[in-house]
Amino acid sequence: MTKDLLVVGNGMVGHRLVQAVRDRDTADTWRITVIGEETRAAYDRVALSSYVDGVSEEELTLPELGVTQHFGDPVVHIDRNAHTVSTAAGLEFHYDALVLATGSVPFVPPVPGKDLPNCFVYRTLDDLDAITAAAAGAMASGRPGRRSAVVVGGGLLGLEAARALRLLGLSPQVVEIAPRLMPVQVDEGGGALLRRLVETEDLQVRCGVSVTGITEDRGRLVAGLSDGVELDADVVVFSAGIRPADGLARATGLAVGERGGVLVDDRCRTRDEAIWAVGEVAALEGRTYGLVAPGYAMAEVVADRLLGGRATMVAAEIDMSTQLKMLGVDVASFGDAHATTQNALEVVVNDPVAGTYAKLVVSDDARTLLGGVLVGDASKYGTLRALVGQPLPADPVALIAPGGVDLGADALPDSAQICTCNAVTKGAICSAIDGGAHDVPAIKACTRAGTSCGSCVPTLKKLLAQQGVVVSKAVCEHFDQSRAELFEIVAGTGIRTFSELVARYGRGRGCDLCKPAVASILASLGTGHVHDGEQATLQDTNDHFLANLQRNGTYSVVPRIPGGEITPEGLITIGEVARDFGLYTKITGGQRIDMFGARVEQLPAIWRRLVDAGFESGHAYGKSLRTVKSCVGSTWCRYGVQDSVGLAVALELRYRGLRAPHKFKSGVSGCARECAEARSKDFGIIATDIGWNLYVGGNGGFTPRHAELLASDLDTETLVKIIDRFLMFYIRSADRLQRTAAWIEAMDGGLDHLRAVIVDDSLGICADLEAAMDAHVGNYADEWRGVLEDEEKLSRFVSFVNAPDTPDPMVRTRRERGQPVPVGMPEVRR
Amino acid sequence: MTVELQVAWTTVCPFDRLQPERGVAALLGEVQVALVRTLDGTVHAIGNVDPFSGAAVLSRGIVGDRGGVPTIASPVYKQAFDLRTGVCLDDPDVSVPTYPVRVTDGAVEVGLP
Repeated sequence: MTKDLLVVGNGMVGHRLVQAVRDRDTADTWRITVIGEETRAAYDRVALSSYVDGVSEEELTLPELGVTQHFGDPVVHIDRNAHTVSTAAGLEFHYDALVLATGSVPFVPPVPGKDLPNCFVYRTLDDLDAITAAAAGAMASGRPGRRSAVVVGGGLLGLEAARALRLLGLSPQVVEIAPRLMPVQVDEGGGALLRRLVETEDLQVRCGVSVTGITEDRGRLVAGLSDGVELDADVVVFSAGIRPADGLARATGLAVGERGGVLVDDRCRTRDEAIWAVGEVAALEGRTYGLVAPGYAMAEVVADRLLGGRATMVAAEIDMSTQLKMLGVDVASFGDAHATTQNALEVVVNDPVAGTYAKLVVSDDARTLLGGVLVGDASKYGTLRALVGQPLPADPVALIAPGGVDLGADALPDSAQICTCNAVTKGAICSAIDGGAHDVPAIKACTRAGTSCGSCVPTLKKLLAQQGVVVSKAVCEHFDQSRAELFEIVAGTGIRTFSELVARYGRGRGCDLCKPAVASILASLGTGHVHDGEQATLQDTNDHFLANLQRNGTYSVVPRIPGGEITPEGLITIGEVARDFGLYTKITGGQRIDMFGARVEQLPAIWRRLVDAGFESGHAYGKSLRTVKSCVGSTWCRYGVQDSVGLAVALELRYRGLRAPHKFKSGVSGCARECAEARSKDFGIIATDIGWNLYVGGNGGFTPRHAELLASDLDTETLVKIIDRFLMFYIRSADRLQRTAAWIEAMDGGLDHLRAVIVDDSLGICADLEAAMDAHVGNYADEWRGVLEDEEKLSRFVSFVNAPDTPDPMVRTRRERGQPVPVGMPEVRR
Repeated sequence: MTVELQVAWTTVCPFDRLQPERGVAALLGEVQVALVRTLDGTVHAIGNVDPFSGAAVLSRGIVGDRGGVPTIASPVYKQAFDLRTGVCLDDPDVSVPTYPVRVTDGAVEVGLP
């Protein structure tokens, strides 16, 4: 018989519970209904702050589970005798089992003025929408000076709120009542370093003081502090902790803990047999847990119990470890971070120069690892956290000292949890690898490891390597090397022809995979015109005719229009050329004009006209920079804060003609409204009040990606330097046809590693990368002009070797909407 | 009995006009031919029309080899064709015509039936 399972609350834990029941309930025992107070579908609240970076609600939304949903109408009453709940709108639902997953509500200290307009909490997408609107309102006011915000609470959420406010253009001041930032996660030493690393001119921190009241003053807010200081603010955000949303349970007479939360036993069941509680609202042994991982574990226990299992939740085993990047600073805390175990010993390595702090907490005999804190560098978090409770494999100082022991994944026992979010052990991952999961996505699919916070992905890679999984990076049958290795060989040996390279380092005569790859490498190294000598034979047809092959064998022509800025005379020239040669014209997504239908033998004449009018190749045909798209910027726009067109033109001219493993695009937006869609580009730039934010790794296409923030508030000179390094590092180390997003994702350490290399110069190669880019910029010459000035190169632009000017008789057109389009092409066989 | 195939030879271009490992197209009446000179000096002639796309573009593909077989790859969807037989290596049911070629006094001649 089917029974009714009613889940109250539609957060991440409620969603996980429903998913777990659906996964296991093969007999359809439970008919599930979810009632949620928010009007939205369940979303990833852990990633809430990414919403401000432009991640959309759709991207944050958790997968649809195909159960009955009732959103936007909170449950107001539980009738435990009748086994029903009723909602604010007056609906009644029956249950056989009721799961409370109502989560928490933000705690707002009871200070006067806390409910004034422009005072917010930081918990839901609606909160973020409201904060964004208020920040935009403050930014739009004509008042001089920076707009500011006060963040009440310097914990994890408070720092996230400060970061979000800064992204919105405000200068936040963080007020924390404890003597340090993130008091729950880090200790005094770690907190001091964290503060030093995050504090900037536009983000100030005040610890050891509290807010005593908020008042209104001439349209702004004033936050009074316990030390007498008054802070002006356009926006106040309360992020001073959370309280379990246990009102419903209290009203129905269920027992609650001393500090709130519905009391549950080790099955996560309340004192009422039919009612369960999971996540932040549940008090296990009297204590509530504000992290998602224990919530997920509770959801799994309840799902198991509902289906007759015997799973239990052991409070002592709950892992409160966290690793995160806070305002660009790595922070990690695991196990007994505050050394509360009796006689525990603390080992600290504090390097204020390098900006790193590491503490290990060990048992009194210094044999067992109990916990630790890492600030500034959390790269060892994965291994160290998995070692908690295990015998120490080396001297504790050596484990955290710079240049000390580097623990491989093989140092971990099979029982060590690699993914704490989903409770996946090393043993489970290794057996998945043995079972054929030979890359990270496959491991994610069969074990769920790495699917939540992602911090264990580097460890997954290590385990793959340790299990002997080797992924071939060979370019093709002619070369065993990867593209990056071929680049190093060509750069290091001075070999400048394909024939010599394949004779010395490969076999055979090459193919359509390796030849263009080597052509691209040679071009990136500045070896002259792409048609010089043997190089001409390496180019695919687009690079061979410096135009884009279309389905009927004709080509399209795209002159460069830097930043999308073009004079009326330029437009007229393009129009006249298209008209005179009978070309179809279309505006591209990259803010330029594409002329279609040019035959090979027409290309030189077309380009003679364009070059004479001052145009140059747009490289639409190359694996190279396409365009730097821009919005109109501060020159014209009422909201623009920087000259986006000027920067876009300069960047497009700087990187034009630069060959890379894949095409790449850029965009520059003159303000946070982002009209140039810069975050969908391989490198995108968004203006801030005082400089530029640089985002990398975005693209449209098959797998759309949003670019991620690499560095913020850069001046133009620094910005260009970092882009120089980014592009050259990409060109040197990426695989064939690997776009920037995939390149960053495949990098050990991902975006953090990239930042370390090209912003912090951790490998000491930045000067070299910049010099390589300077050489490219200095050697740039227009490829089409190069062809027009060279009879031998021009001689290739013929339709037939024995009838150079005879048009291809197979190319025929008809008119559609006033323009010529191909006709007579057969169905494509693929 | 042996049937002599009647072949009409047409001079197309000087041998030196062919760059090693780069094709050119030739027009013989209504027939389009892709001519390819490999590194060892052999000249191959196959049909220029790519059977997968219908466009007359095979001569613009990249010349190389696959497992020792001399190939040209269609520039449209990248299928490789055996320059000696015209057979598509990615789909052996598909092939393009081949034509006899000879070099006489430094001139490339192609034979059509």
